[in-house]
Amino acid sequence: MRDFYLPAGLVIISFLAVVALLAPLISPYEPTVMDNAQLLSPPSRQHLLGTDSLGRDLLSRLIWGTRISLSIGIIAVGISTVIGIFLGSVAGFYGGRLDSLIMRLVDIMLCFPTFFLILAVVSVLEPSLYNIMIIIGLTSWMSAARLVRSEILSLKERQFIQAAVALGASQLRIIFRHLLPNALAPVLVHATLGIASAILLESGLSFLGLGVQPPTPSWGNILIEAKSTLGVAWWITVFPGLAILVTILGFYFIAEGLKKKLG
Amino acid sequence: MIGYIFRRLIGAIPVVFGITLISFFIIRIAPGKPTTIDGELNPKISPEVRQKLYTLYGLDKPLPIQYYLWLKRMLRIDFGNSFVDGRPVTEKILERIPLTVGINLISLICMFAIALPLGICSAQKPGGVFDNLTTIIVFIFFAAPTFWIALLLMQLICIHWGWLPISGVTSLDFEYLNWWQKIQDITRHLILPIFVTTLSGLAGISRYMRSSMIEVLNQPYILAAKAKGLPHKIVIYKHALRNAILPIVTLVGLSIPGLLGGSVIFESLFALPGLGRLFYEAVVTRDYPLIMAEVVLSAVLTLLGNLIADISYALVDPRIRYKK
Repeated sequence: MRDFYLPAGLVIISFLAVVALLAPLISPYEPTVMDNAQLLSPPSRQHLLGTDSLGRDLLSRLIWGTRISLSIGIIAVGISTVIGIFLGSVAGFYGGRLDSLIMRLVDIMLCFPTFFLILAVVSVLEPSLYNIMIIIGLTSWMSAARLVRSEILSLKERQFIQAAVALGASQLRIIFRHLLPNALAPVLVHATLGIASAILLESGLSFLGLGVQPPTPSWGNILIEAKSTLGVAWWITVFPGLAILVTILGFYFIAEGLKKKLG
Repeated sequence: MIGYIFRRLIGAIPVVFGITLISFFIIRIAPGKPTTIDGELNPKISPEVRQKLYTLYGLDKPLPIQYYLWLKRMLRIDFGNSFVDGRPVTEKILERIPLTVGINLISLICMFAIALPLGICSAQKPGGVFDNLTTIIVFIFFAAPTFWIALLLMQLICIHWGWLPISGVTSLDFEYLNWWQKIQDITRHLILPIFVTTLSGLAGISRYMRSSMIEVLNQPYILAAKAKGLPHKIVIYKHALRNAILPIVTLVGLSIPGLLGGSVIFESLFALPGLGRLFYEAVVTRDYPLIMAEVVLSAVLTLLGNLIADISYALVDPRIRYKK
């Protein structure tokens, strides 16, 4: 059971990554091309997963949506992890006033329900693809910062760090060569989980119409139409949700597997 | 104990201050000025709205003074008037609170009532059949967007089978029903939202309970209890459970931000007039006084939840009180 996680997760995510990269080659139709003769047609040989109310091919939209969702997840987590590592290592390494200042900021930011914070920012900025990535990144670095800080605090007491200090290594060298590489494993697990929650967050935002804007297809905004076609076109509800489910499972499996592998 | 509560309350003051500061920053600093969002040419902002913003925030004054004025009004629970209908924001929020709090409270109770036994059972034999089965189910519930599950349930239960009404709180003929039918009507409308909200937190809590229980079961005192020949049931329920459940107390407070965030989606989906839907409408119509009020309110509620969690943890576990 335990050994199954990492390979299963890697298979799922590499498959999705290939789909995302090859989207223009493998999608059977253009994701935004409408076919007036095929409105809301159920899955058929012509349209494997059916079409939406504008006659757009659902499979093609899901394939292009993979691109959007994966890139939002990865870039948002890239941003939040870099901020988290920076603030966390500064707080953990230097301690004192700086530490309590940063940790207070973390406490304060954690008080905001993520969804409220993000929607408030969306209300002042336009909800575009890039804004969504940046906003999710800027509002989800807190747990990474806490994690890095606690890792650094415990590593700092270890002998090899004391040895590095005794040898006269500079502070930057200690942080980048000795502390951070040893704190990387839990950060990696955390980031993998972070990608999953960023993708979930994006799907929720887009579902509310406040995330990725149509006609750009994202799994969340395809589901907007599921509301109005409830009981008419089951395929529009079922497939985008399954795509999200499988992706999130993939990242969870990788995180779970890494946790076991890296101790 | 009173000393502990006092210390926690004092510690919360700068956090509340920070919450207001960040809320102010988001609306006021992020786009330059609230009046120049995406430049003066933004067609979404009418000149009247711009003028209202000017007078409301005193934008001709320097930033710190604007913040001070906003804070001063907020201390009097005055969040200004809504841009959309001109009604006081406080009034609009107050009338929405009962529904949201009611749904979330009932969901919270259901969540713990289901998740705790699940966690306890799967902790008995980690890696056993029951544990593996719940692990798989929990993974799936973690991974599926809850609004998608809600959509599937709506499709199946409300449309395909026609068992439950699909949206709103009351039926069209609500006025003509007697009180008993009224209660039934509201219940039928709220079953699905409560069920879905419960699902959204179930996985996390049962996982937490499981790991807490496993940790306690590995303690030496459990071994001692078993070694002296106590029955399995007594060891589990008297020795292990009582200790494992202590940290769970804090989860009640920690669930608040997730529940509030979920309210935004579920209340929009099920067309329920609660706080979440109010916030969603405020964001869509860019009703800034309402947005700021709700952001501050949601953060302060979360902070209160954390405080209550910590204090109740200290109440049930004396060891916490004596730590710094």
